[in-house]
Amino acid sequence: MSSDSCAGSIEEGDALMDNERRKFLKIAGISALAGIGAPAIAKLTTTAAYAAPQHEEAAKAAEAGAEEDAVSGKQYGMVIDMRKFIEQPELLDQAIAACALAHNVPEFPPDKQKSEIKWIWKTPFENAFTEESFTHLAKNIEEAEFPVLCNHCAHPSCVRVCPTKATFKQKDNGIVAMDYHRCIGCRFCMAACPYGARSFNWEDPRPYVKTYNPNFPTRMRGVVEKCNFCGERLALGQQPACVEACKGSGAMVFGDINDEKSEVRQVLAKEFTIQRKPSAGTKPSVFYIV
Amino acid sequence: MYNKGTIIPGLILFVLIVMSPVLYNGLKAGVVPTPEPPPGGQKQCVLPAKEMKDTHMQLLNEWRDEVLRHDDRVMVEVDGKKYRKGLQTTCMQCHTSKEKFCDSCHEYASVKPYCWDCHLTPAQAASKKETH
Amino acid sequence: MIEKILKGKSAYWIWLAFLVVFIAIGAACYVRQYLFGLALTGMSRNVSWGLYISQFTFLVGVAAGGLMLVLPYYIHDYKAFGKLTILGEFLAIAAIIMCLMFIMADLGQPLRGLNMIIHPTPNSMLFWDMVVLLGYLSLNVLCGWVILTAERKEVSPPKWIYFFVYTSIPFAVSIHTVTAMLYCGLPGRHSWLSAIIAPRFLASAFAAGPALIVLACLVMKRVAHFDAGKKALDKLSTIIMYAAIINTFFVILEFFVGYYSNVPGEVHTLQYLFFGLTEHGHVYNNLVPFMWTSVFLNFAGLGLFAYLKFKEGTDVMLGAACIMIFLALWIDKGLGFVLGGFVPTMLGDVVEYYPTANEIGITVGIWATGFFLVTILYKIAVGVEHEIE
Repeated sequence: MSSDSCAGSIEEGDALMDNERRKFLKIAGISALAGIGAPAIAKLTTTAAYAAPQHEEAAKAAEAGAEEDAVSGKQYGMVIDMRKFIEQPELLDQAIAACALAHNVPEFPPDKQKSEIKWIWKTPFENAFTEESFTHLAKNIEEAEFPVLCNHCAHPSCVRVCPTKATFKQKDNGIVAMDYHRCIGCRFCMAACPYGARSFNWEDPRPYVKTYNPNFPTRMRGVVEKCNFCGERLALGQQPACVEACKGSGAMVFGDINDEKSEVRQVLAKEFTIQRKPSAGTKPSVFYIV
Repeated sequence: MYNKGTIIPGLILFVLIVMSPVLYNGLKAGVVPTPEPPPGGQKQCVLPAKEMKDTHMQLLNEWRDEVLRHDDRVMVEVDGKKYRKGLQTTCMQCHTSKEKFCDSCHEYASVKPYCWDCHLTPAQAASKKETH
Repeated sequence: MIEKILKGKSAYWIWLAFLVVFIAIGAACYVRQYLFGLALTGMSRNVSWGLYISQFTFLVGVAAGGLMLVLPYYIHDYKAFGKLTILGEFLAIAAIIMCLMFIMADLGQPLRGLNMIIHPTPNSMLFWDMVVLLGYLSLNVLCGWVILTAERKEVSPPKWIYFFVYTSIPFAVSIHTVTAMLYCGLPGRHSWLSAIIAPRFLASAFAAGPALIVLACLVMKRVAHFDAGKKALDKLSTIIMYAAIINTFFVILEFFVGYYSNVPGEVHTLQYLFFGLTEHGHVYNNLVPFMWTSVFLNFAGLGLFAYLKFKEGTDVMLGAACIMIFLALWIDKGLGFVLGGFVPTMLGDVVEYYPTANEIGITVGIWATGFFLVTILYKIAVGVEHEIE
């Protein structure tokens, strides 16, 4: 008898416990969610509110810059006169070396080439211009090496795919910039770039940097990098490092391609130029006189 | 409570383990470090020392976003002196020793900022100097 | 219900221990990679996505495959799938977790992953991929758990869960469509720039996912006394067969567009994958044997499925057919599709990709984690099934 009533009360007790426990767990779960969620929501709403004038604008600009027609606003671009580089090939080597020096670009040994980092480099015609015919090429073109770099496109596909806006188009100068602090290293931009302009830091690059430029940082492993049109030099009124290295030769002309009165537009008006992969629709800002 | 004999000692043990770092230091936080002032003797900074101590992280984040994301490289002017917005280009020109200045507080507070994964200290920059 | 994981025959524990070995190896390999960097993989400047992303792409498909069980049962009232929908949902959970693990393994700065949430970027398909993957994971966890609990208590599931069940149906389609959109919106890579990529992905997903479920059912019939029922398995086989046929058709169309138009951008990748490319005297063909194996397995598997429609076959034959189709699609989507997109490079030359041992270690470790999760989740499902019998 007593064992029966004991059993009965244990069952009831269990059922009661079950309900109490269930309620407790529900409340605990919801409180935990609220506890974790509240600061997150607070952060998101306050940063949104605080950043509303500045950040949102910049964010919208970063997006809009990619979409809206780049006729308005500055767009830095470059004309590369291959006739000069074919005449003086050492100029191109100097330009490439100047970039590497100015930006602490590492140089990997031959057995580690898969980790290579290139901001500007040289390559034959058929690799630079995959949409052009390369049969029966003129001899001087066939033997020449063309500089290739990030084209700082008007409609960059890399900016469109970046999930964190770590790469974005700066509204005031049209440069496609990289924020190394935000990059998560997903390499989607590398897949999206039709020009192969981007490099990833597969390992810490510092052991492979030959000389440090004390005015520029290196990059950490795990982020993507590329030519930045020397934004830091432009701010000081200087020309990009590569352009500076072949100063006077006219091999590289840099300027605002949206400004009709700029030197680069004068050159474009006078000379016929080609671009890399125009059919990709990215509207690159780098032009080549071949 | 079921299994009282296991749970209560277990809980006490757990609390002790979790508190062990504090207990190890005798419930004290240790001596607060004083970071070494710039070896060059400069006294003036972008913000007063107290403000810097409190908010240098936010300042550096703001500078980072302004320079990198908004291309706003306009120099900051404080008391007639102009400063570029940058850790490597400005802060470390005066506070040249990362170990004696930055690390002294960061190690105490067990903070590991990743700034120097990219930004070069003057000592590092000098280690691979341009040779020509 | 979780306590069901803790009781099992020795075969169950031996299997789990076997998987744990590989998980441990994978974890050790990941620690090495985390400390040194992704240079420990075979990826390079030109082939910047490798084994990790290719596995992720394939597994999103496997997760979406659960739709082929949920849709007939919940929308079309196909009662024979009653016991199996939970298997589809649990497989989706394991597959999505594997996807997330592969992405985390692939990130250069994994600790910054939350940047995708703090700085949402609606124009990026990767952002939407994160949204739909996490959404689909939550839906499957919720629906699977609630419905299984209801079954265990032998009551009908609460009415509100059906909202989430019906939501999971477009979500299943969306996870794989969004994953396809990662690829088919990139202007530079011609082998990916095709409208048929998303349909291809979905077709192969609806073959691969159910194939794995049929395999699991056959295994569980032997080791766990779980009988899915001949009708259900027959119907699933039909679904797998049709989906695989449609996928084959799509791939054949790719071949036609490439080889008939002879446009270099359309044909180069296929040439590399199936016949090899010769560049500056060097022959690049490291994926050719894999692709033809995939073709052979695909047709052999389809042939076997067709045979089983007319003649009474054994479970071994059905299992073999499923394995063949699964492997064929794994090669086609994982290796062929993803790796093929990087050949030729954006500058027109060829750089091949060879995964390193460390990379394979992490990959195998994550697959072992997936099998581990599937095992314990199916143990729960089958345990509940036995309980109510």
